[in-house]
Amino acid sequence: MATTVTKIKFREPQIEMSHGAGGKASRRLVEGLFAPLLFGSSPGPLGDAAHVQINGTKIAMTTDSFVVKPLRFPGGSIGELAINGTVNDLAVSGARAEAIVVTFVLEAGLPTEILEAEVRAMADAAEKASVKIAGGDTKVVEHGKADGMYVTTTGIGRLLSGVEISPQSVRPGDKVLLSGPIGDHGITILLARGDLDLEADLRSDTRSVFPLVQALVRECGAGVRWMRDPTRGGVATSLNELARDCALGIVLFEEKIPVRDSVRGACELLGLDPMHIANEGQFLAVISSQHAESALRALRATPGGEEAILIGEVHEQPDSAVLVTTPYGGSRLVDMLVGDPLPRIC
Amino acid sequence: MKFVDEFRAPELIAKAGEEIRKLADSDRHYRIMEVCGGHTHAIYRFGLKDLLPANVELIHGPGCPVCVLPMGRIDDGLSLAAQPEFIFAAFGDMMRVPGTHGSPLEYKARGMDVRIVYSPADALKLARNNPEKHVMFFAIGFETTAPSTALTLVRAKAEGLNNFSVFCNHVTIIPAIRAILDSPDMRLDGFVGPGHVSTVIGCRPYDWIAKAEGKPVVVSGFEPLDILQSIVMLLRQLRRGEAKVENQYTRVVPWEGNRAALRVMAEVFELRPYFEWRGLGFISQSALKIRESYGTWDAEQRFTVPGIRVTDPKAAQCGEVLKGVLKPTQCKLFGRECTPEQPVGALMVSSEGSCAAYYNYEHRKPITIANAATR
Repeated sequence: MATTVTKIKFREPQIEMSHGAGGKASRRLVEGLFAPLLFGSSPGPLGDAAHVQINGTKIAMTTDSFVVKPLRFPGGSIGELAINGTVNDLAVSGARAEAIVVTFVLEAGLPTEILEAEVRAMADAAEKASVKIAGGDTKVVEHGKADGMYVTTTGIGRLLSGVEISPQSVRPGDKVLLSGPIGDHGITILLARGDLDLEADLRSDTRSVFPLVQALVRECGAGVRWMRDPTRGGVATSLNELARDCALGIVLFEEKIPVRDSVRGACELLGLDPMHIANEGQFLAVISSQHAESALRALRATPGGEEAILIGEVHEQPDSAVLVTTPYGGSRLVDMLVGDPLPRIC
Repeated sequence: MKFVDEFRAPELIAKAGEEIRKLADSDRHYRIMEVCGGHTHAIYRFGLKDLLPANVELIHGPGCPVCVLPMGRIDDGLSLAAQPEFIFAAFGDMMRVPGTHGSPLEYKARGMDVRIVYSPADALKLARNNPEKHVMFFAIGFETTAPSTALTLVRAKAEGLNNFSVFCNHVTIIPAIRAILDSPDMRLDGFVGPGHVSTVIGCRPYDWIAKAEGKPVVVSGFEPLDILQSIVMLLRQLRRGEAKVENQYTRVVPWEGNRAALRVMAEVFELRPYFEWRGLGFISQSALKIRESYGTWDAEQRFTVPGIRVTDPKAAQCGEVLKGVLKPTQCKLFGRECTPEQPVGALMVSSEGSCAAYYNYEHRKPITIANAATR
């Protein structure tokens, strides 16, 4: 029997909160430990969903766990997130969600009323997204071992025809589009925890982005080069991953990046960058330059896409990094999220 | 956003940039120190260096409280918090600062009860809500944050809340500036003065810098326009051969400071005979300790503090960078062993530290793009 020596590059002695934050530490864990042991040494670019082929049919498959605290927050709840999160991971991989299975990890002592409300929220979200919930599993742990409930959803989807998205297809000159204002979800959760004496009229943006993705793909076909929903780690982390995977530079125009005043205010106060804050109902797309205008028109004509905007473009430089130009003629680099300013956001 | 957008208006900023280019004598090289880490952060975040001519150089000063805290103090605080039923509370920017055996965040992952608070009053609230535990607030900061710590101690005493204490690391800005001016390898033309500190201490304490050292000081706000305008004011003084203290940040900083804040500080704190600063060494009368009358709430008076002293890693040149003698990239560890994720020195930890600001926003930035950005 041939033995293969798998090289583990993850050298950190223990797991920290930052390994779950979706930023640099998460990437080190996935690339340094999971990928070499589970997929062989070179995983290639890590997308939001895996593509598997069964009897010639290409299927997208993804899984996501939800540990958000608190369970309910303005604009949504853990149940709704669990459905939309998986629908969105499939959508930005160019697939329509077909079926989802659900795993609940429940804490002994969780009031049935709360569980029922979340199950109802899941059913509603699934209906809205036209996805079937095909099965599930339940485990219960002792009181105090989980904050009420954790939910894992695994979904499969059928790839939309005519779409071929990958970081390798991104070219200098391509445009970067964003579906709407950023940071709503992360800041809503932060405020909902009530640890800060801050109040703002703000709601999570959790929703299915599939209708927008569909409109975009219909309009532009292979002109859609790449998509991602910027959840944990925010827009900055998603675009840094893209820059790295395609070895190009992403140049953003700061004044074009839409951020609501209340989100901007909270970020100013807390020293956070809105580009590092999680979203649950927005997505980024890189579109070939000749399709960019019609892409924007198509997005804006779709309900929920009215605030879509062109925020930047792809350049040869800076190599594998994201640069933001300020309206004053200066610029700065924006890195991936480091550490974890807001743990357990989804 | 009101009161912010006005100071980020592109046309006004372009005008200030133009004014700076006009005022700066092309035969002269200007070295201006921004004392405060908040300014350093803003300068990089808004890309302001791109707007300055090459002969106006900004030197990053020591005004980052996390950066000047010696590692031994973090070790001391964490060793106290290892007692049973203890909660270690601190500001978020303390959380990733490495101690000898890890940062507060790493201690938290190993099971220590570590909480991020946004004000000392939140730490007091923790104590109120957890009467069976002892809450220790790890206090850091210059005169900006010292009054709120003092006020919290006054409240703790009034409420008789004995399960609360403060591990006090508050420092004062003036001795640090003096240490920098005394440093023989330092040549500066003027100072962008700290804005937040001055809301408390006012502008008078800088007088000696102008009078005795002959260097202009302009107390500045933190928005792009504030900083550029302060540089304009400094260049005007230098052009006229003047050296005086000016206040650019009049919308927030009263010339005489905040009397109520100073009063409560005096009630609770006294000067330590000396205190160790990371990179600057021991500086006499440069830090605050809690008075005996508040001893019950002073972790140092109440518990036995090990008094750990840790020398900085030899290869790290935090001291030279902190004093502005070296640029962050001139340190041998910068970007290699020392990154924001795995910081060796504290300048890489805090977002106000010049190394972190430089690493995050600047060091791989191609100049060509910065200037040729297409719109």
